[in-house]
Amino acid sequence: MSFRIIVLAKQVPDTRNVGKDAMKADGTVNRGALEAIFNPEDLHALEQALLIKEERKDAEVILLTMGPPRAAEIIREALYRGADKGYLITDRKFAGSDTLATSYVLSMAVKKLAPFHLVIAGRQAIDGDTAQVGPQVAEKLALPQVTYTEKFTEIKDEEVTIRRRLERGVETVSTPLPALVTVHSSAAQCRPRNARLLMKFKHARTISELQEETKDYTEMLNNKPYLQIDEWGVSDIDAGEEQLGLSGSPTKVKKIENVVFAAKESIVLSSEDNDIDRLMKELIDSHVVG
Amino acid sequence: MHNIFVYCEIDEGQVADVSLELLTKGRKLANELGCKLEAAVIGHNLKGIEKEIYPYGVDTLHVADDKRLAPYTTLPHAHLVVNLFEKIKPEVALFGATSVGRDLAPRVASKMRCGLTADCTSLVIGDHKDNKSGKEYKSLLYQIRPAFGGNIIATIINPETRPQMATVREGVMKREIFDKTHKGSLKTIKAADLLTDDLFPVQILERHMEKKKINIKASPIIVSGGYGVGSKENFELLNELAEVLGGEVGASRAAVDAGYADHERQVGQTGVTVRPKLYIACGISGAVQHTAGMSESAKIIAINNDPGAPINQIADYSIIGNIEDIIPKMIKFYKKNTK
Repeated sequence: MSFRIIVLAKQVPDTRNVGKDAMKADGTVNRGALEAIFNPEDLHALEQALLIKEERKDAEVILLTMGPPRAAEIIREALYRGADKGYLITDRKFAGSDTLATSYVLSMAVKKLAPFHLVIAGRQAIDGDTAQVGPQVAEKLALPQVTYTEKFTEIKDEEVTIRRRLERGVETVSTPLPALVTVHSSAAQCRPRNARLLMKFKHARTISELQEETKDYTEMLNNKPYLQIDEWGVSDIDAGEEQLGLSGSPTKVKKIENVVFAAKESIVLSSEDNDIDRLMKELIDSHVVG
Repeated sequence: MHNIFVYCEIDEGQVADVSLELLTKGRKLANELGCKLEAAVIGHNLKGIEKEIYPYGVDTLHVADDKRLAPYTTLPHAHLVVNLFEKIKPEVALFGATSVGRDLAPRVASKMRCGLTADCTSLVIGDHKDNKSGKEYKSLLYQIRPAFGGNIIATIINPETRPQMATVREGVMKREIFDKTHKGSLKTIKAADLLTDDLFPVQILERHMEKKKINIKASPIIVSGGYGVGSKENFELLNELAEVLGGEVGASRAAVDAGYADHERQVGQTGVTVRPKLYIACGISGAVQHTAGMSESAKIIAINNDPGAPINQIADYSIIGNIEDIIPKMIKFYKKNTK
C-alpha cells in the first residue's frame, strides 16, 4: 500500500492585489475582475506533501479541490509541481456552502480516497481567512489535527513529528496516522513548475473542460489516461443534500458592505469641535474604529 | 439557561488578555439579553483562577483542572467544551482568535454542527426576518467581520443553530472590570471522569514560548508620533488615544532617536512596515523613510500644525492644529459617539 497524502486546496480570488482595473467606479472591488490563484498557504501544504514524496518512494500525492469547473486550473498547477493525481469536487448544489458545509463535502470526498495516511491543507484561504475548514474536516473524519505546521521533522509509517508555529513560539508534537495537518505560511515555499511535468500534464482536462474544447481529445486520453482529471459531484461522494450548500450552512450572510477606497484626496479638518466630532462619527460608522 | 459563554484561555498561568476582553463584551451582551455570563477555564494548577475572572462579571465559572489539560491540545479541550455545551446549552459562545481559539472553536462547531464566524470585529444584538420563509428571529448575534482581504464588511448570523459561535482577535474589544466585588459560582468539571486515553493521540514533545512582545504589526489601529509631538509627556496622549481606540503606539525614527518611544515601535524603512486599518500620524512630517513603512494603511489621519507637510498628501484626513488640543477631543468625541 502506498503512503497516500491528500492535499486540500482552494482556488481563490487574489485579494492581496486589488489593482486599479478591479475597482469599480464607486470605489468598491469588482470581485469578478480579480485574478484566480492557488491559495498561497495551500501551496505551502502541497510543498510539504512533495517533500515527503522525495523522502519516501512509496508516497503518493493527491490534490483535492472543491470549486467551480475552472478550479481545475489549480489541479494542473499541482500536477506541474509533482502531484500524482487530482480530483475536482464540483456541483451546483455546493453553491453557498459555508465552512461547515464545505468541510462536510471535503470529508466525504476524502473518505472516498481511503485508506490514506495524511490529509494536508493550508491553514486558511485568503478570501475568507477563517482557518476553520481544516479542523472541521478533521472533526468530520474523527482524525487528530495538527494546525500551523512549519515542518515535518520525522515521517514514520504510523506516526509523524511536526514543528508548529504558534503566535508566540514553536511547539514540536507527534501524532499517529492518519491525521489532518494544516500548514502555516512560515513553512517552505512551494517549488516552481517542473518543465518536464508541465509538458506531461498540460493537456490534463476534466470532463467539463473537454466539453468546451474544440479539439478532439479522445485518442490522446486513450493513450494517456493520466490526462483525465476526475470530477466528482454530490452523488459521487454519497453526500446528503441537506448538509450542503445553503441548507447545510448554519451561518447566513445578513449584509455585505463594501469598503470604499476613495481616491487620495485629503479632507482637511480644523481642530474645532464639530470637525473632530464629525471625523470620529465617520470612523465609527465605517467600522474603522469601534 | 441560555446564557453567554466565554472560553477563557490560560497564558503563562494567567487568564489571557483576549479572554478578559471577551468577558467584558460577554457581560454587556448578557445584560442586554437579560441572561447570565458563563465561562470555562480548562488547564492545570488553576486554584484561585476565579479571582481573576469574577470581577469581569462572570456568574458561573466552570473549571476543569487536570495535569493532562496543559499545555493545550485539541481533542481533550474540544471534548470538554462540547460536553459542557450539551449540558448548559449556551446561546452565544465566544473564543479568542488565538493559536488555541482558532484550533479549538472550529472543531467544537463542527461537532455541534453550528455556525462559527472567525475574527469578528464587532458583535451586536439584532433581529432578523428571513425573506424566504418570513420567519422572524429575535435578538440574534450579529457577527461583523471584514472579508475578502478587508475589501468588504460582512454581517453574519446563525438563525437556527446554537450556540452562535464567534472568535475575536486580541485587542479588538475593550477590557473593563465590571465590578471588583462581583462573585460568581464555581462549578467543577470532573475532568478525570470525562477524559479517555483516545483523546490524547497528539503528544507535545517540546515547547518554546517567547515572552509577550509588543507587536504593532498585528494591531489594526496605530497611533504614531514623530518629532513634532515635542515631548515624552505629549507622547502619553498618544498612548491614551491608542488605548481608547484599541490600538498600539508607533513612532517615527526621529521620535525614537529623541527618546520619546522604544525602538520596537519604530515604523518605516529601518523599523517595521505596517498595514493597519487606521494609521494616525501625529506630528510626523512624512519623510519617505517613514511613509515607506505605513503608506499601505487602509486609512490615514495626519495631525500636524504644518498644512504643507508631505504626510498630508497621502492622508485621507489632515487635521491642522496642535496635538495637545486635538487628541483629547478625539478621545472625547469617540467616547461620546460610541455610547
